[in-house]
Amino acid sequence: MSRGTLRQILLLTDGCSNTGEDPIAMAALAKEEGITINVIGVIEQGQMSEQGIQEVEGIAMAGGGVSQIVYTQQLSQTVQMVTRKGMTQTIQGVVSKELEGILGKETSMEDLEPEKRGQVTEVVDELGETMDLDILILVDTSASMKSKLPMVQEALTDLSVSLNARTGDNQFSVYSFPAKRKSIERRLNWTPKLETLTGVFDKLSSGGVTPTGPALQEALNAFRKRMKKKEQPIDEGIYLEEPGM
Amino acid sequence: MKEFISKNQVCKLHPGQQVIGKWHRKSYKIVKQLGYGATGTVYLAHGVDGAVALKVGAESMAISSEVNVLQQLSKVQGQHLGPSFIDVDDIITSEGTYPFYVMEYLEGEPLIPFWQKHRPEWLGILMVQLLSDLDRLHRIGWIFGDLKPENLIVTGPPYRIRWMDVGGTTMKGRAIKEYTEFFDRGYWGLGSRKAEPSYDLYSVAMIMINSRYPSRFDKKPSSAPYKQLQKAIVNDTILKKYQSTIEGALQGKFSEAMAMRKSLVSQVGSSDSRREYKVTRRTQAPTKQRKKKKKQPAKKSSAIFETFLVGSFLLLVYILYWFGQMM
Repeated sequence: MSRGTLRQILLLTDGCSNTGEDPIAMAALAKEEGITINVIGVIEQGQMSEQGIQEVEGIAMAGGGVSQIVYTQQLSQTVQMVTRKGMTQTIQGVVSKELEGILGKETSMEDLEPEKRGQVTEVVDELGETMDLDILILVDTSASMKSKLPMVQEALTDLSVSLNARTGDNQFSVYSFPAKRKSIERRLNWTPKLETLTGVFDKLSSGGVTPTGPALQEALNAFRKRMKKKEQPIDEGIYLEEPGM
Repeated sequence: MKEFISKNQVCKLHPGQQVIGKWHRKSYKIVKQLGYGATGTVYLAHGVDGAVALKVGAESMAISSEVNVLQQLSKVQGQHLGPSFIDVDDIITSEGTYPFYVMEYLEGEPLIPFWQKHRPEWLGILMVQLLSDLDRLHRIGWIFGDLKPENLIVTGPPYRIRWMDVGGTTMKGRAIKEYTEFFDRGYWGLGSRKAEPSYDLYSVAMIMINSRYPSRFDKKPSSAPYKQLQKAIVNDTILKKYQSTIEGALQGKFSEAMAMRKSLVSQVGSSDSRREYKVTRRTQAPTKQRKKKKKQPAKKSSAIFETFLVGSFLLLVYILYWFGQMM
């Protein structure tokens, strides 16, 4: 089996979008293009509004990913857990499809004997360990997120510690929103080293609006561009290192 | 974990409920809930052959991954690493079908309360036991991963540390599957999350620190993490005794469990601890021995001689005890 690449968008936000396209629709579009969207709702204390929770869960569900609402103190562990879970879920989806192909339609994990499940689990684990991962991190930096950004940064550094322990390669890029005159702003170009992120959230253009939908759309565009670039050089472009844009 | 707002539907079983497996048709009667973790809830249940622990989860992937580990461990010769595996199946309830597995029920005391109740040498002894087991695990190519007091239990007497939850066990060379920040070297910035023996040994050192700081502590943003941990060790008389072993493990200086075990053993048996051991043991020493001593003519040197005698006797008992442990 050739090593493929998993593509994820990780969205970190603390509330509701209030302008532009419907983020759930954008998430559905991303899923169609093979990009999984995981969402983390970050709260300082108390609870997130019902509407906020619905949006967080809705985006992840439409994007084929995982969501979690969490207090800032637990952000690090959650970010890596959600990313992991999202990867497993995507791989499992692919493996399930393969199973259907082999064993007939509507064969899911649950229809297999527990003994056989173990073998499938092994395959999923193995793929999760060895597949390459492209992860675009999209951080909501609207005014209410400001106090949470140091923790966000720490959590992202921690994420790279987790992912870089894998056998497969990782490429990270970081975008924030809202931005001046556009939906999102690139904070870090594709790199295997997320640690280089230090300090990028310091200079912020925060505003009152939270354009989650348009931000997702732009993130999707950024992904498309990358995929195109990767495809061009050779038929099996997966093993190529970054052409360094 | 409890603060997480989970979407996963959990399967609630109640005392007295009869669980019959969909595939193997074995039946279990639920007695009570024992605990819950990230992947499911553990119940005490009665099977045909007596008490068992039954874990029911929501995701069949997670459950079958744990079953894989338990089955691997049961292949290891000698005393069981972790609870022995009994059965894996599905339960059908009105809410849906849930995966579960059944394992040996380990009865015992949680680690931290045990240490609080017993003499301080039990810290070193249980850790030596743990390191022996870890060595066997590492030899078959696995790393425990999420090593922490909650996943361990002290059974007996005779007291023996056992593994209760092996859900985080990861193949050597892969990325650690599950971890808890306090015990994770990645969190402290003192190493990677690659599954290798030194990852587990770091956690052992942190368990030792946790034994003296039961409520744990967070990484201070102001100071270097290693300095902070070092301070915690030096400020505690019991940890200070094991300082070189703990620090070695924190710095990843031990490449295998046996090396750390060796270092620890020498410190458990150090003169410092023997003296301490002797003092308490003396009050509990058999009366017969005491009387005999009293009959002896009172010479000036006799007190020193006696001390030496009792000391060497205890040392002998100690060595014999060790021998027993190693067999």
